[in-house]
Amino acid sequence: MDTVHSIQPVLVLATSLAAAILIMVTGDRNRNLREAWTLVAALLKFLIVLSMVPAVLDRTILECTLVSIAPGLTLQFRVDSLGLFFALAASFLWLVTSFYSIGYVRSQQEHAQTRYFACFAGAMSATMGVAFAGNLFTTFLFYEIITICTFPLVAHKETADAMAGGRRYLTYLLGTSVAFQLTAIVLTYSFAGTLEYADAGILAGRAPDSVLMVIFVLFIAGISKAAMMPFHSWLPAAMVAPTPVSALLHAVAVVKTGVFVVLRVVLHVFGVDLLGDLGLGTALVYFASFTIITASVIALRQDNLKRRLAYSTVSQLSYVILGAALLTPSSITGGIMHIALHAFGKITLFFAAGAIYVAAHKTEISQLNGIGKQMPFTMAAFTLGSLSMIGMPPLGGFLSKWWIALGAIEAKELLILIVIATSTILNAAYFLPILYAVFFKEPRLGQHGSAGEGIHEAPLLMVVPLMLTALGALALFFAPSVFLDLARGAVSAVMGGQ
Amino acid sequence: MTEHAPVLIIVIPLMAACLNILLGLWKKELSYPWAVLVTAVVFGLSLLLMQTVLSGGTVHYRLGGWAPPWGIEYVIDHLNAFLAVIVSFIGCIVAVYSRRSIEKELPGKQVYFYSIYLLLITGLLGITVTGDVFNIYVFLEISSLAGYALIAVGDDRAPMASFNYVIMGTIGACFYLLGVGYLYMVTGTLNMGDLSRILPGLSHSRVVYTAFAFFMVGTAIKMAFFPLHIWLPAAYTHAPSAVSAIAASTMTKVGAYVMIRIMYTVFKPAFSLEVIPMSAILGWASAAAMIAGSVLALGQKDLKRMFSFMLVAEVGYIVMGVSRGNSTAFTGAVLHILNDAFMMACLFLVAGAVRYRKNARNITDLAGLHQEMPLTMLALFAAALSMVGVPPTAGFFSKWYLILGTIKAGEWIFAAAFLLSSLLNAVMFYRVLETVYYTGEPTPKRQGGSSAAVNEVPLTMLGPILVMAVGVLVLGLFSGRIIDTVIRFTVPEGF
Repeated sequence: MDTVHSIQPVLVLATSLAAAILIMVTGDRNRNLREAWTLVAALLKFLIVLSMVPAVLDRTILECTLVSIAPGLTLQFRVDSLGLFFALAASFLWLVTSFYSIGYVRSQQEHAQTRYFACFAGAMSATMGVAFAGNLFTTFLFYEIITICTFPLVAHKETADAMAGGRRYLTYLLGTSVAFQLTAIVLTYSFAGTLEYADAGILAGRAPDSVLMVIFVLFIAGISKAAMMPFHSWLPAAMVAPTPVSALLHAVAVVKTGVFVVLRVVLHVFGVDLLGDLGLGTALVYFASFTIITASVIALRQDNLKRRLAYSTVSQLSYVILGAALLTPSSITGGIMHIALHAFGKITLFFAAGAIYVAAHKTEISQLNGIGKQMPFTMAAFTLGSLSMIGMPPLGGFLSKWWIALGAIEAKELLILIVIATSTILNAAYFLPILYAVFFKEPRLGQHGSAGEGIHEAPLLMVVPLMLTALGALALFFAPSVFLDLARGAVSAVMGGQ
Repeated sequence: MTEHAPVLIIVIPLMAACLNILLGLWKKELSYPWAVLVTAVVFGLSLLLMQTVLSGGTVHYRLGGWAPPWGIEYVIDHLNAFLAVIVSFIGCIVAVYSRRSIEKELPGKQVYFYSIYLLLITGLLGITVTGDVFNIYVFLEISSLAGYALIAVGDDRAPMASFNYVIMGTIGACFYLLGVGYLYMVTGTLNMGDLSRILPGLSHSRVVYTAFAFFMVGTAIKMAFFPLHIWLPAAYTHAPSAVSAIAASTMTKVGAYVMIRIMYTVFKPAFSLEVIPMSAILGWASAAAMIAGSVLALGQKDLKRMFSFMLVAEVGYIVMGVSRGNSTAFTGAVLHILNDAFMMACLFLVAGAVRYRKNARNITDLAGLHQEMPLTMLALFAAALSMVGVPPTAGFFSKWYLILGTIKAGEWIFAAAFLLSSLLNAVMFYRVLETVYYTGEPTPKRQGGSSAAVNEVPLTMLGPILVMAVGVLVLGLFSGRIIDTVIRFTVPEGF
């Protein structure tokens, strides 16, 4: 595998960072110009990420060392298949969300729009930093920056509720990362003597088994962005944020950063072999399974649409972890694929929730009866998204579940098949009633007011993006090409071409 | 002139302090530029010293040409030069800052203020350059007396706070002096170099034990090491803003320096850590300092008082690193002396700015202040990140070394103390920053226009604040460089 020096990863970060600064400088004086920065940066960033694909598919690693601060503490980017996979999904969805965001905040006349867009751009820059990070230190650095940049977005409304949600958000994310993740990183460094990711892991044979187990537990507890139970309750609380934030950050950037870092730890810090030997993979499998089932059960009981989606996210995130923890080639492929496939599906659902809120001012599921007639496009997309969540072919969500199930068989963890089946039933149980109510129930008297007749959709800037992502979820089933190639590349790197 | 730099760094501010009175009698306005000029020259000299040390190794300077042990010898190695640069830099920055804040807080007393301020700098620098244990005592008293005076001119409760400090500080100084006396009894010398040669042969002597104990308690009081910190919070809370800033950022650090010198230069690590179980004693006390300081800070309403308790915790960080007995932790401690000086200066300067503009001192008074003082509040934010230890701010790197050092020593519980203290800092600063950014009068934001008028502090105050904030953000990136060029050489032999 070649390693080539390249400044592309830095450029990717710089575009959003520059956008954040330009947005702040432009401010409220010229809104169109300000929004233009967001769009230009999003497009530019996506193109640069895209330009790295051929090289990485060719098994080249793009590397860029910015500054070596002290032994072990190097600010370094290394673009490998796994990182590029995440970057590609996130940067594409940022582009789509940018349009949606503009439509949303303008139609809602949100306050502090400059802060909103600036923080959004900052958070995306940091997300790319995590995707491209070449060692644990760089990952930790950008992981924390994401938390800090997204806090103003979560607390955006500045009401007591929003502040409480924001406080919980910071407490969980910052608290666990400082208390557990940092400890794990320090321990890793003091035993392994390095923090750089390696395909075979860096900890094998470096420390006694008991210490390794402690480190692993600290890592898993410290990466609370992955929303594994019991560190999940920040995610539903963060739903007080404006919907585009929930969509991009809490279905894609923030939470996927969490599972992405878990993947890094599993694959590139510990390594598949070491985890298998220690039996930690199996332990993680059961932890993830517990979260998958429990979160789905909780989701059943939520009436608030965004909260139901949030619990669904908690559950779905653990699929990624489950896939990785099974430690077989198919399951890891499935886990990695699930990052993108779930992202497309979930972002559609959140977009739809936002569109419903903008067009009809509804937030609770019990208020949605018959809204399908009023918002046919939105609800069609919503249907595709929820079917993908359930894992129904021909939608993307099916693929990842399929691979994870295959992996469970390879790993002879037949109990996991039951978990996957149960979870699918539960997913269906909390999505299908929504679809039924939306399309077939009659609206309660006076529920939609006079606007009940005819089509009354959200602005085009919102509807088009959500249609796009829904179609994306559909298209990925038929042509998961680039994503699948990258995921396979990542797996073959750590599993030695199996 | 270069070869006289070690003494000029003391003589210049000392003479300048006296001249300042005459200048002030002639023209009052000249005091401020004079103080800034002098501190800037001193900073230049300290850089010169640093450069000499870096290129030619340890500098020995015989005062008046008298050979030790009869004459006083100034010895400057990497550690001294490092401290001198920090003290003189912050002294200069705070001098620039002090103009408007002293004008407002001590109207009509500027001349005397600057004279005493220069004496404080003289004392602090004297401690760092001298190689003579008795001379350290002299400078310790110069700086402390100047400190008592400067603190006493603060607000209504300052005289009482200063009085407490005088009592405690004098006890500390006496203890230190007793230590010097005992050592002189058995060795007949006051020169650190001589002492370090003679003492290993006397390591069984009770007198030496007693001297060591007096030294430790004396310096612990001077540097406000928990539980001997009780004088500090009140003193630094009620002092004038500029005084709090210089005192918080440099005086405790110089105290830590004296502790390092006593433990590892005058006595040797073999004595301090093996004959006497200082590592365990100081380790547990530092852990208590970190936790107690942070917990006590949680309960404060007054901004400066909260920072003061954090300072108590930070002193714990430094002592923890110093007493671990391995080079990683020691490196972290020395790096933390630098980082903490910047963080504390930044925090107290911000508190001073708030007091200047809003005449406010409580955390609740900060409500919504980001609209009026955006840059100052950003500086506070930067310092807060560093105090919590979020990379890439400076605080992360020293904490990294400190935690690695405790793990290297196999002391997991101390590593946990660092993390707990960081978390408590996060809680505290969250509280402050939430007040700053998310409370206050709801401004007419929906119209989208700029709301409250920006009303920053004058440039002479804002500039120093921003210098410190940028320092906090940028210094971290140079940690490796600083360690390689300077700190590496400060690690005592035998680590």
